[in-house]
Parts: sequence; C-alpha cells; structure tokens
Amino acid sequence: MIAVDIEKKLKAYNGQQVLQVKKAFIPGSITRITGPSGAGKTTFLKMLAGLITPDSGIIKTKTLSWFDAVQKINLPPQQRHIGFVFQDYALFPNMTVKQHLEYATTDAPWTNRLVTIGGLDTFADHKPNHLSGGQQQRLAILRALAIKPKLMLMDEPFSALDIKMKSALIKDLQMLFAELGATALIVSHNPQELDGISTDELEIG
Amino acid sequence: MDLSPIWLTLKLAAITTLILLVIGVPLAWWLSKKRSLVKVIIEAVITMPLVLPPSVLGFYLLLAFSPQHGFGHWLQQTFDVQFVFSFKGLVLASVIYSMPFMISPVKSAFQLLPVSLAQASYTLGKSQWQTFKYVLLPNIKPSLLTATVLTFAHTLGEFGVVLMIGGNIPGVTRVASIAVYDSVEQMDYAAANNYSLILFAITFAMVTTVFIYNKYQVKSPLE
Repeated sequence: MIAVDIEKKLKAYNGQQVLQVKKAFIPGSITRITGPSGAGKTTFLKMLAGLITPDSGIIKTKTLSWFDAVQKINLPPQQRHIGFVFQDYALFPNMTVKQHLEYATTDAPWTNRLVTIGGLDTFADHKPNHLSGGQQQRLAILRALAIKPKLMLMDEPFSALDIKMKSALIKDLQMLFAELGATALIVSHNPQELDGISTDELEIG
Repeated sequence: MDLSPIWLTLKLAAITTLILLVIGVPLAWWLSKKRSLVKVIIEAVITMPLVLPPSVLGFYLLLAFSPQHGFGHWLQQTFDVQFVFSFKGLVLASVIYSMPFMISPVKSAFQLLPVSLAQASYTLGKSQWQTFKYVLLPNIKPSLLTATVLTFAHTLGEFGVVLMIGGNIPGVTRVASIAVYDSVEQMDYAAANNYSLILFAITFAMVTTVFIYNKYQVKSPLE
C-alpha cells in the first residue's frame, strides 16, 4: 500500500494555489487521476517519484517512508523504484529502442518481451526521431516497465495512440501489472479510456 | 622558415582545449542547473575575458604570478613553479582566456535539454554521473564539437594575453600570432605572411568543418 498525505504550493497565473492530496492506494490497484489542466496532476506524480519535493506531509509504503517532512526523510528517485511515463515521453535521442531498455535493465528476455508487447520488434534499432508519435509513446511506457516497478506513474500515456492500439496495449498492461504486482496511477483526460480496468479514481483540483 | 611558433601554437591550443574539456564541461553542467547568486557571479567572472582587453587580463596575470609578488613568489618557493615567461603560464592564461568559448555553448546546450530527460534517467535508478555520461553528454554533441573547435581556434588567435605573460621567447612562448607581430617589426613581411597564411588556413578549415558537420547532422527532436 502507498499512503500519501501531502501539500505543495503551486504557482498559478492568478497567484498561488495549494495542491493537497490525501489518499491510500491499494496494492495492485489501477487509479485514474483526473482534473483540469494546471491543477497539479503532473506535479503530484513527480512528488510521488521524488522528482519534486512536497512542502509538507508524508509518503510511505507498507515498509518504508519515502517522504516525511517532519523527520526530514526524502528518498531520492533512484531508490523509489518507480516506473514513470512522462507526458513528453522524455526519450533519449541518442539511444535506439533497444538501448533505451538496455539502459534500464540487463534482463534480456524481459526487454525482448517488452519490445514485442509494444509492437516495436522491427524498430528495435531505431532512434526516437525515426519513430512515429505512437511508437515513441509506447517506447516510453516500455522503458518505465523495464525496471519491473512496483508502482507505475503514467502521465497521459495513451494520448498519441489510435483506439485499436490503445485497447490492445491496455489489455497487455493490465496483464503485466498483475504479473509484476504493480500499482498504477494513470492521468487520463479521456473518461472512457480506462473504463473496466481502473479500480479507483482520484480527482485533483 | 622557422616553424616552431606554429607547432607551439598548436600544442598550446590542444592542451588548453583538453583542459577546458575536462573542467569546462562539468562546470557548464553545474551552471546550467538552478540559478543562484553565486552562479551568476561565477558566470560573470568566466565571461569577463570576452569583454576585457586581453592586455588587461595579461597584465593582472603577470602581476599575480610574477615571482616578485606575493602569490607568484610563494608558488616558486613552495612548488618551484614559475608561470611568468613560461609555457605553463601560457597554458594557464589561455585556459582563463578561452573559458567562455567552452562554457557558454555547452551551458546553453544543457539548458535546452528537457528536464524530463535527466528525471527519466533518475527514475530508472541511474545516478547523476551515469545520467550525465550516458544521457546528457551524448545529446549535446553538436554543441560540444562547436565549443571544442571555437576554443581551439580562439586559442590559436590569442595575442595580448600571451604577449603579456609569456613574452617572446623562441621555442618557449613565441606563438604564431607573436611571430607575425615580431616579423612585421623586423620588416620581414614574407615571414609574417607565411605565419598568417598558415593560421588563416587552419582556422578557416576548422570553422568550415564545424559548420558543415552541424548542418548535416540529423536534427534531434529536441532542437
């Protein structure tokens, strides 16, 4: 379980607003995160990943405290072992599809399997600028999965995929999450996108 | 024609560029991250040689490292090192003088990389150093090449600073730009022309190569 109770002041165009989230995420659950633009959905995910520091509060798993403002605990992202899919994909322009996954893990059978799931077999030696938008987005998801995370944070991960590809990938992801015992938090603007697979919902803002 | 000034110039430029690659690139990276007052001041100091007359810089370096004065005296007494009128002094002065040419383009390139690149690497469990080496550095290659060539070319063209701190000792501190000046002083225009042509040809070839290379580089999606 991941328990979160954090606060962070956000700069908005009309002054400041406070992002407040208090929620517990059950292991293996898939939570859909919704909310208006600029409400702090990305900031929330980055705080969970340790990429942004909350102003106050706690983030803890069953066994470990990731963040505790009072006790001054703040585990770096490297030690949180989180799969993060960035909204802008954040792919490395210098690496091919295969190198992306090899950078993340040395588990070759696992990377091969991921490449196949993502339908990127024939593109294994391509760099991101030779991939389509949908392929880039899939690569971003595969790279996050490569480290076999227990927590997946996905920031609008299906926005560039067509409906057919999306539903196939979502099915595969559901299976992989179950296999890894991963909890997933997915920011999604499309209300139908996660119908039938999300088990929980969090509204921000 | 005595070619030693040309070799000396190339040696000086190569050593200077190498030193600046080693210290300049990490420094540029550090400067590219969050701004602070300290960084602004450090950056201003690094940029000063761009706007200061080289003779001013050379004059202060001469004062600082002259064995007659405190710091230079101490260096000579303690480490038996003398920077004034020596090749070491030329290297030191060149490193300071050419530093903005290495730092500035590399820093801008680091700043242009999306923050999420490093963040993605951190979430994969990679350290700052691994991220720097495998993700950030390879993605600023064109700028790194430009900075390296500019630094090298700029060092070739130094005159005021090297004259002040190095003087005109044949084989030791007499670089090509000084040899040109010296030849003209002695009315030996043929020698001056030879040195000038060689310098011109080398720098022209280098700058053209960089332009061609950067133009035909496949554009990265980050640009």
